[in-house]
This record gives sequence, C-alpha cells and structure tokens, in this order.
Amino acid sequence: MSETMLTIDDLTKNFVKKLDLAGRLAQKLGSDIREEVVHAVDGVSFSIAKGGVVGLVGESGCGKSTLGRMIAGILPPTSGRIVYKDVALTDMNIAEAKRAALEIQMIFQDPFASLNPRMRVVDIIGEAPVAHGFCKASEIHEYVSDVMQRVGLDPEYRRRYPHQFSGGQRQRIGIARALAVKPEFLVCDEAIAALDVSIQAQVINLFMDLREDLDLTYLFISHDLSVVEHISDRVVIMYLGRIVEIADTDALFEKPNHPYTSALLNEVPRVDQRGLDYKPIEGEIPSPLDPPGGCHFHPRCPHATDRCKAERPVLREIAPSRWSACHLNDGT
Amino acid sequence: MSEVVEQAAPVAVETPLQRFVSDFCDNKIAVVAFVVLVSVIFIALFAPWISPTDPYDLAKVSILDSRLEPGTKNMDGGTFWLGTDSAGRDLLSSIFYGLRISLGVGVMSGVIALCIGSAIGLMAAYYGGKIDTLIMRIVDIQLSFPAILVALILISVLGKGVDKVIIALVLVQWAYYARTVRGSALVERNKEYIEAATCLALGNNRIVFRHLLPNCLPPLIVVGTVQTAHAISLEATLSFLGVGLPITEPSLGLLIANGFEVMLSGLYWVSFFPGIALLITIVSINLVGDQLRDVLNPRLQK
Amino acid sequence: MTADTPTLDVRDLKTHFFTKAGVAKAVDGVSFTVGKGEVVGLVGESGSGKSVTGFSIIGLVDPPGRVVSGEVRFKGQNLLDLDADGMRKLRGDRIAMIFQDPMMTLNPVLRVDTQMVETIRAHDKSVSKADALARARDALGQVGIPAPDERLRSYPHQFSGGMRQRVAIAIALLNKPDLIIADEPTTALDVTIQGQILYEAQKLCRETGTSMIWITHDLAVVAGLADKICVMYGGRVVEQGGIDDVLDHPVHPYTRGLLGSVPGHNTRGQRLYQIPGMAPSLLNLPQGCAFQARCPRADDACSAEPQITEPVAGREIRCFHPHLDADEEIGA
Repeated sequence: MSETMLTIDDLTKNFVKKLDLAGRLAQKLGSDIREEVVHAVDGVSFSIAKGGVVGLVGESGCGKSTLGRMIAGILPPTSGRIVYKDVALTDMNIAEAKRAALEIQMIFQDPFASLNPRMRVVDIIGEAPVAHGFCKASEIHEYVSDVMQRVGLDPEYRRRYPHQFSGGQRQRIGIARALAVKPEFLVCDEAIAALDVSIQAQVINLFMDLREDLDLTYLFISHDLSVVEHISDRVVIMYLGRIVEIADTDALFEKPNHPYTSALLNEVPRVDQRGLDYKPIEGEIPSPLDPPGGCHFHPRCPHATDRCKAERPVLREIAPSRWSACHLNDGT
Repeated sequence: MSEVVEQAAPVAVETPLQRFVSDFCDNKIAVVAFVVLVSVIFIALFAPWISPTDPYDLAKVSILDSRLEPGTKNMDGGTFWLGTDSAGRDLLSSIFYGLRISLGVGVMSGVIALCIGSAIGLMAAYYGGKIDTLIMRIVDIQLSFPAILVALILISVLGKGVDKVIIALVLVQWAYYARTVRGSALVERNKEYIEAATCLALGNNRIVFRHLLPNCLPPLIVVGTVQTAHAISLEATLSFLGVGLPITEPSLGLLIANGFEVMLSGLYWVSFFPGIALLITIVSINLVGDQLRDVLNPRLQK
Repeated sequence: MTADTPTLDVRDLKTHFFTKAGVAKAVDGVSFTVGKGEVVGLVGESGSGKSVTGFSIIGLVDPPGRVVSGEVRFKGQNLLDLDADGMRKLRGDRIAMIFQDPMMTLNPVLRVDTQMVETIRAHDKSVSKADALARARDALGQVGIPAPDERLRSYPHQFSGGMRQRVAIAIALLNKPDLIIADEPTTALDVTIQGQILYEAQKLCRETGTSMIWITHDLAVVAGLADKICVMYGGRVVEQGGIDDVLDHPVHPYTRGLLGSVPGHNTRGQRLYQIPGMAPSLLNLPQGCAFQARCPRADDACSAEPQITEPVAGREIRCFHPHLDADEEIGA
C-alpha cells in the first residue's frame, strides 16, 4: 500500500461578487439585488497516493480547474484543508510551506498564454531555480540545458523567445519550467487540450516517461475521457463543484455507477464506434451561479426521484475503493 | 530520458526588437514622420551649436534688425532665413531654441508623469479591492476636467516658473498613464504566466516588475508618445496665454504669442513659422505614435 | 445535371496565401466529392488546410489568400466562375456554413428572431414576416431548443455556448440548403453538449437529405458521424475512402500514425505510437511528399510529387509506400 501524497479534506471555494456602495444602497432601498456567490468547489474530499496518476474529469463549471489551482497554491481555499505529506498546508511554517509550494507544480492549458512572451526560454526555465537556490546564477545555462534535454527540447534554442516555438514545444517549455524546481507532484490542467493529436501523443508519452524516471505523482485534469482512461490509475468525476464518483480506472469505465458518469461515458465518441445512434442526455449544464437544489444533477437525470430534488447525496464508499454520491445506491 | 524531438527547420533567430522594427517600417509615412521627429530632436539637442545666431545674446541683437522679412540679409553677410521678430532676433534661431525648451519641458513632464502614473496604475491593478477603487475614482475625477483648466488652476496656485509648469503638466498627465497601465495590468494579471510565477513561489515584487510591467509596456509606449505631443501643445497654450514659461525661457508658444501683436499688420512670419514648427513636431510625434500602436497591438499580430 | 451529379465535386483545388514571408500553399490540390445526403469528414491537424478548404468552397477566403486553380462544382456548376454577387446568392441559401465560434454567425446586438428573419428574407423577399417567423420557430424546434417562442426574442448573450451553436445551426438550416459546411463546430463544447449537437446533425442529414462536410481534428467524432473520410496533411488529401475502410484498414502512413496516436481503452498503460517531429510550415513545404520528414517508410522516391492512386477500390491515396498489407501493426 503506497503512502498518501496529498489529501483534500472538505475543500470549498466560493467566489463572491460583493455589492459595491451603489448596490448596498439599492439593497437598503428595498431592491432584491444580492451578493452573487459561485460555489466553484463545494466540499470536495479525496486523496492521491504517491506515484499515482489521478484523473479529474468534468465539464465546464464543474470546478476542476479551480480545485487544481487551490492545490497548486495559486488560489486560496475558502474553507477546508489540503494535507500534503501528512501536514496540512495551513499548519506549515514559512520554510515548509515554501518547500511544499515548490514541490507541487502546475502545467497549464494554453501554450501561448502560459509563457512570458518577453523572456527568453533560458530565463523562463531558469528564473525560479536561481531565485530559490537550486543553482547558481552562473550555472543557469547548464542547469537549463539539462532540463530541456529531459523534456525533449534541443538546448541550442534556449536563447530564443516563446513565439519562435510551436504549440507542442511551448508546452514542453512549460513542463521544463515546472521540472526545474524539482517537484514531486504535478497538477496538469488540461495540459494537452490545446495540442494536435500527434503532438498530444508525444506529450502523453513524455508524462509517462517522467513519471517513471522521476517518480512523480500526477493530478491530471481533463475533459477528454479517452486520455484519462489511457493515463490514470484512478478517476474522479466532478459535476458543478461536487464529486459524483471516484473509482479505479478499469472499474469506472467498465461499470460506471453514477448516472452522470454513465451519460458521460456513453456520449464520448470513440474511433471504433461507427454510425452511432446518439441518445444524449437532455438539458443544459446549469450555471454555477444558480445550481439546482439537492443533487445538482437531478434535472437531467433519467432516474431522478423526489429525494434527489431535496437532499444532497453524500459521497459514500459503495464498494472497496469505489465512491459514489447518488441516492439510488442507498437501496443496496 | 525522453528522446530529443526533431526540430523542423529553425526559424531565423529574430528578437522581438528586430520584428518590431521591420513591422514599423511597413508604413512609409510613419518612417518619414520618424525621420522628421529625429531631426526635430537633433535640432533641439544641438540648438546652441547649429543655430545661425544666438538670439538671446543681447550684444548681438539689434533693434535695427527688427521686423525684417524672411530672406533679408543681415549685416554679417548671413541671411535671416525666416525673418526677425519685433526685437530683432533671428526667427530661425529662436525657433531652434524654442524647440529645445518646448520639447524639453514636454518630454520631461511626460517621463515623470509616466513613472508616477505607471507605478500607481500597477499598484491599483495588482492589489485590487479598495486601493484600486480609490485610485481609479481619483483618476476619473482628474480626467473629467479639461486639461487646460486644471493646468491654469495649478499654475495660479503654484506660481510661475519652469519647474512649476513641469509640475502642473505632470499633475495633469499622470492620470492617463495610470489608467492605461491599470487596464493593461488587469488583463495581464489573469494570464497563466503570472499564475505560473505565483506557483513557482516568486516574490510579489519580482512578479510585478519582472513579469507584469514589461508586458504592460506596449500600450504605455503608445500613450507616452501621444501624451508627450499633448504636453507640448498644452505648454504652448499656457505660454501663449502668458501663464506658462517665463520670457527668459521662450518656448514656441511664447514665440507665437509675441508675433500675435504684429500679425495683423502683415508681419505674418513672426507667428507663422513657430506655429509651423510646433505643428511639424506634434504631427510627427502623433504619426509615430499611431504606427507604434498598430505595431504593438497584439491582436493585429499573427 | 443528372441524378448522379454529386452535390459537391471539388477537383484539384489550390488556395495559396501570398504573404510577406513567402507563399503559403494552404490547399494544394484537393479533390473529393460529396453526394446527396452524404456526410464527409475532413480530418487533419492544424496547418493541414482543412479549414481553408471549407472557406474556399464557400468563397470566404480573404486576401492575402486566394483560390489559385481548380474547380468547385456545386450541383454541376463551378462556383469559382461565379462573381461575388452570384456567390452571395448561394451562400446562406443553398450552401451554409457553421463555424467553431457561434459568435461568428450571430450578431451580438440583434435579437435572434431579427437575425433569422433577415436570413430568410435576404434570399426570398416574397416571404412575409409572419411566415419567416414561423419558419424560424420551426428551425429552432428542429435543433432541439426548448420554448422557441421565448428564445426567439432573446439576444445571443443570453444563451449558453451550446445553445448558441444550436441557434447557429438553425440559421444554417433556415433556407433548407443542399450543403452545410461545419468547421469544428463542437470543438469548444462540453462532451454532453457535443453529444446533443452531433445527434441533431445526424438526425438532420437523415431526415432532410442535406449533404454535410464536417471539418475536425477529432477522429472519434468523425467515426460516429461520417460516411466518408478525407485525411488532410500539408494542404493535400493523403487518404480518402469509406469511413469503415479507412479507420479499420488505414493505408497511408500518416493515417496509420494518427490512429495509433489516439489514446483510449486499448492503449491503456502503454506508450502511444508517436509520429516523430512536427508538421511542416506551409511556407516551407518540402519537395515532393509533405509527410516524408516524419514517415518511417520514406526514401528517395518520396522527393517526387505523389499522385493520386487507387490501390483499393473506393480508396484514393497519395503515397509511394502505402501499407497494403492489412495485417501490419500500426506503428511498424
């Protein structure tokens, strides 16, 4: 049983659009304008084992990117805990917190916006290691060349600017930048979504190689189920800020439990499925500003009951290593 | 170890600067304007050396030379190419010196306003919240008054003198820079490379000055050129009205004002030529600024 | 025009972009046909020329690009012979286009009913406003938009992304065109919404006999929807044929490489086949076959221009070394 690397405990993130002075005045005068609260992440808990790859899947508004950013330290949580290597991030002192921050790194989706267009590649990759003492300023070129080779880039081009590289190469620069601070945990936020299919394959293989060579642990956020099926050990499915199902990859894809998971798997087009008769689920994805009460999925669920409309289902372990948040499981 | 991926035929190593220069030169009018501007700056810098006469050397200036037409020969054999003014000063030389002062005051106030305005705008964007609101309301209030009105009020409070004029111009202009930089910084702040810098645990100061500021420069450069032109014309207006620079530092505005008395009696050149000089300066700055705006606009780039 | 005339017959189409940096041969000799009621998938990665092909057919190529040679026969008539006015009459009436971003079709400051009525009456002034509104309402119903009367009076920003795309499709349908060109319409949409759009598209083709060209980089989407597939690379069609034939027995090395790069159930845990290198710049295409730099089978013969051959009935390819041995493993 491998040790647990990261545990999320009841993590919540709310985005509040406060009323300004004019709004508060209007409210006092009787208008029903309210503060707008978006429950981007709503009480999420799960854990990731060391060396594992956990795929986090969901559609827009599910909160997966927000969750990834909280783990990577870019957004502060509203409530809940993130426990890294058995110590909660909030309990750490400054030195420990900084080390944890460097050990958890993020790879971003957009290969164009994720690199500073005015910095040379050597500086993009080398800035943080030099600033944090991983290498001396005079050794930056050797250090960066080493990292670049590891991700499959020719160090010859390190003095160039990002706009001179293709999308796939820029993504590799982003990976090199993360690797340069010797991380142990990588959050990949749709890291390959913006790439062409053939380049995606290269980057997916790179991730798998790095996992082996450097003993990395991954949280792989994606909306693309085929990629998640290929690369993950475990899969977490989110819908409108909540987890609906967690299971090992094989088990999930073979026999999904939650109705949303079934619908999702059903609708993913596959190359080997021809002339398909689509039976899509009805309805739009609700806005996170105004989610349905009870179980968020009930308006679109073919099996919804009255209980589903009123009561939020709890994420329960329905089988060893399988968790699902659905009232229909309560009968078993 | 991952295999090294084959690179396609490498793109010519072109720095952003080279690309910028070649894009700029696409517009021939802008290139001409740039050349004109460089000449104007050259004249302004080297006025004492390239000027035919020193118009403020009281020993050389003679009232007998006053109000001579353009092209008249003077006693030393040289020519008053643009004529003389009421006091006998060579107009061409006066314009050279005037450019120096106009440009000097305009650029200096522009640079100071840029530094102050940018710092304030960056702070407003990065820290957000109440600081942002407070700063932006002040900016809004400042910008809702006509610049000339604010300048006049400030001068009447501060008094006359070169430094007071520069202060007044700075106080009028900083708000434009602050608003521009804030807008730019707000957009950049949400970009993923700033998030990456946060993820890499880089300090706030480093992020603001090393990552945010350089990417906010393009609109700043454009606003800078246009605002400098604005500052020059504002200073000319103030001097024309008699509340700008003292007569010991005659800028183009003052020269135009001086010629006003004699214009209607047919001595057009005393006001006209300084006016043309002012026009050429401002138009060339604006044309260069326009082309800069097009070239630096990321949406128009490939 | 006989009953056998295909709805669209593209012959040796060439569209070049004349830029400061050189001539980019975005489309360089593309030929395919689309029969009545047929769905043709035009598949390729970025830089393959698939979108430009679509734009060339409908006459929306902007300078510095222009169609240099070839024929685009729509029901027998060569569209390239038409002047701007003639093309405008066809566009929106007989040939319609759906874009990746629905806001390219929808005017943000006009209500949906205004835009739809305008589309109808632009091509047939004799239709009364009331009739046009009725047709608009039907079209919205046809694409599965609930409460169409209310939706007609809304503005585009009041719709979600998926809804907007459906409205864009409804507008494309209004005049019952013979051909619809869809350029990556579902790429930016969530999986469940994509499923709905694909369902509507499929229903449409079956019910009304409209022909469709579906441009995408996603092989899985094309697999479920199309009857015929054209694989593009470097501005040329490198392989085309029936969907089952091509996907089950790919012959061109690029198609095989592409299929091998797709992650999914069968590739779980293994390295994906990766096509080495990157797509060539369209400004700098190599002499002869565009794929030779990345092809495991390339040799000197490939420096000559590969012509279209038909090694198997119904299958056209451009290759000197096709994989005709059906048992070869992908990636060999």
